[in-house]
Parts: sequence; structure tokens; C-alpha cells
Amino acid sequence: MPDELAQKVIQCIAETQHLEPEKITVDSTFEELGIDSLDGINILFALETEFDISIPDDAAQSIRTVREMVEGVAKLVAEKDTPESPAQGSD
Amino acid sequence: MSPRRVAVTGLGAICAIAHDCGELREALRDGRSGIRPIELVDRTRLRFPNGAEVTGYRPEDHFEPKEASMVDRFAQFAVIAAREALGQAGIEPSSDLLRKATIVSGSCIGGQTTEDEGFVDLYLKGRPRISPMIIPKTMANAGASRISLEYGVRGPVYTVATACSSSNHAIGQAFWSVRQGTAELAIAGGSEATFSMGILKAWEAMRVVSPETCRPFSKDRSGLILGEAGAMMVLEPLEAAKARGVPVLAEITGFGCSSDAHHLTQPTVEGPAMAIEMALADAGVESGQIGYINAHGTGTAANDPTETAAIRQVFGSGADRLVVSSTKSMHGHTLGAAGALEAVSTILAIRAGFFPPTINYSAPDPRCDLDVVPNEARPGTAENAMSNSFAFGGLNAALVLHFGAD
Repeated sequence: MPDELAQKVIQCIAETQHLEPEKITVDSTFEELGIDSLDGINILFALETEFDISIPDDAAQSIRTVREMVEGVAKLVAEKDTPESPAQGSD
Repeated sequence: MSPRRVAVTGLGAICAIAHDCGELREALRDGRSGIRPIELVDRTRLRFPNGAEVTGYRPEDHFEPKEASMVDRFAQFAVIAAREALGQAGIEPSSDLLRKATIVSGSCIGGQTTEDEGFVDLYLKGRPRISPMIIPKTMANAGASRISLEYGVRGPVYTVATACSSSNHAIGQAFWSVRQGTAELAIAGGSEATFSMGILKAWEAMRVVSPETCRPFSKDRSGLILGEAGAMMVLEPLEAAKARGVPVLAEITGFGCSSDAHHLTQPTVEGPAMAIEMALADAGVESGQIGYINAHGTGTAANDPTETAAIRQVFGSGADRLVVSSTKSMHGHTLGAAGALEAVSTILAIRAGFFPPTINYSAPDPRCDLDVVPNEARPGTAENAMSNSFAFGGLNAALVLHFGAD
């Protein structure tokens, strides 16, 4: 798992939730962090903006931990960086 | 069995001339103006430079940072006013009294300031996505719902949207609900946060906003001045208030509402007159028993003479003995919050023994020939008072207040 990306995800969570980033690790669960469903979509919005990715609804519903979130974002970022990827966009 | 009497036991307000009811009472007594150059948006893009903004407002003084980010300014104002009103009524969060209480709030535009910002991102900046908080922040019931969450109110909670009559209707509904025994406690009022570029440009297009200030009933009046506010009151059966030992600030004794069925924006005399008559009948008082009216008094060309004619139609020659004023001259037209802010202002002023002035009044208009308390508050009292609100869409509402139950 790339540390830099994980740190960026944690930063997004911290800013959205008004939490100290030091209190969040990749092993934190949403339950531990007090992140409810509305908080979750706020974080997804922040991640989509930060990484310029589009997170599908089904993925959004299944993520329950910071680790899953980091892995999901890493996958979408990797797809975006692949030239043939449809997620790249034409312009 | 005679219907229950309904007491007002708590008041709350935040607006351009005050951050709480103590400040509001003194501002009304002093005839202080909250009309100033608009700061919240770039006023150089507007034909009118002035508004009645809540200045010196810092959300972090009232809300945790995360909560502040999830609640639009209009809903924050509703919560702040409700906290003050409930505090005065001696009601703590999660109190048993709140379990089956009702909240009826009024708002004209809801969180459209949030929506406006989101749409700037979407349409102007070409962003591919906008915040998921736009929906829950924009909904007109956001203020009512937030109060319910904070205080544990589980009874009927809803929001009335009747443009500039919204919170007059809201208080009327809550009053009827307590009087008929549907609710043992009500939190009622309204809130509005008016200052976003989209909203202001839309009002500009209506050509009813003054390029200078708000001069209700004055011959040189040139339109309304937009304002923002939150205002709430706590209502409960008079006997319950006495049993709890809390001061009764006023009674609400009557409510009337009507529709012009005439035009989207042109007022009629008959519609407002009917609402006033219905409110008097609901209160069981004769027109001659009313001593003061807090007028809708927007300062527009159309409203003030029409309202004068409606008052004259109902009160006849008694209209010459009435004291009438428009506090919009001080706190601006706060749209969906107007009815509540003006009812709260009426209670504060009458209890303190004065009639609030219509400021910025410079010359009599024969078509607005009422005693409008020009420019300076006047000592005096009234056993019964009214507060009028009339809305675009032809919707009229009037409340009757009674003083002396304590």
C-alpha cells in the first residue's frame, strides 16, 4: 500500500470529519472513527475531488475501513493512470 | 369545554440589529438600523448596495466545526433562536416535555445559499461533482430537523413555505396545535439566510428592492431591504406554564390566514383584510380591542397603501386610534423569518412598554395615513396586538397576541 496515498486519504478523512490526522490509521474502522453513512459520502466526495477519480456507488456502499478506502482509491488512481483506461476521459 | 389558552414562554432571535432578544428589545427601543452595505457578496454587481445582514456572526461560536459544516446558515439561525427560546422557557434538551412536542418552522428559500455555491462549482467552474451536503443543507426543513435532533423532539416536526408569510403561518399552525390539544409544547418560528448572489440577482429582477433604504409608509419609500434572521418562540398551554412556574410573556389568542386568489405578486385589499378579520374572530376580540399592529410594511410601492386600505376596511374609524409600525425599517425584510421576527419584536416591545418605531420615515403619504410611530419609539402599551404577514402568491397571515395573563 503506497504510504503517500494512504496519508492523503487520511488527510481527506481528517479534514472532512474535523478529526486529528494522528488519530487515524489505515487499520481504523469507520465505526471507531464515528463515521456514519452521511459522513462516508462526504469523505468520498473529498476523495473524488482530491484524486480526480469517480467512485462507483456499489464500492461506496461496501467500504467500512480506512484500509478498504485506501485500496479502492489506489485501484481507481492506477486505472486513471493507464492510458487506455475509459476512466481517463477524452479531454 | 372552553379551548385551551396558549402562552408564549420563550423567545429567541438573531437578526441584523441583535444577536439575542435582550439586544433586540433595546435596538427596537432605540430605533437602530441594521441596514448597511452588503458584505456577504460582491455588492458592486447589484443595483442595490444595502442589506440587513447579521454582522459579527461566527458559526464556531455556536456550533462544533463539523456540525457547522453540515448546517446551512439559515438553519444555524433557526437553531440559535430555538436555543434562546427554550432556555428562557426553562426547557433542557431531552426534557420529557419535548418528547411529544411539535416544531413548526417557516422558511421561504431554505438553504439556497448552499445550493447557489454548489451550482457555481457545477456550472461556472465546470466541476464534475458537487458536495453531497447540498441536499441535506438546502432542504427547507433543515432548521426544524436540526432543532429536533439537538433537543430530542419526536412529535410533529415540519416546515411551512409560504414565502414572506412562512413563519407567521408556522406560528399559527403551532398555536392551533397547542390550543386544540394536539401538542403540549411547540417550538415555532422561522429563519432565512438571504445573501447569495443568485438570490440577490433574482430579487433585483423583481424591481422591488430599494436602492437606498427601507422607508415603510413614507411618501418617498423606494422598496424593501432584504434581511436575514432566525426567530423562534415556545408555546404551551397557559395552565401548564403556570404550573411550571415560568413567566408568561404573552398569549397567542388568534390566527387567521387567507389567499387572494388574484395574482402572483399584486396584492389585494380583500385578502389581507380577510386574514385580519379571521384572526380577530379566532381570538374572540373586537377590532376596537387591538391597540398595536406590527405591519407587514415592506416599504414597497404596492404593499403599504394596500395594507393601509386593508386595515382601514377592517378597523373602520377605529383605524385612526391604532398604533401601527413596521420594524422592517430596522431589521429588513427577512422573508420566511419575517412573521416570527416581527411577532417576537412585538412581544418584546409591548412587554417593555413601548411601541417600536417605523424608522427612515420622512414624509406622509395620504394613501398610508395611519399612525406609524415615525422614527422614534413611543411609550405605551396594548392589551391586544397583531402581527401581519403578506406573501407573494397572495398568501396572507395574521396573529393576535394578548398581554396581561401573568
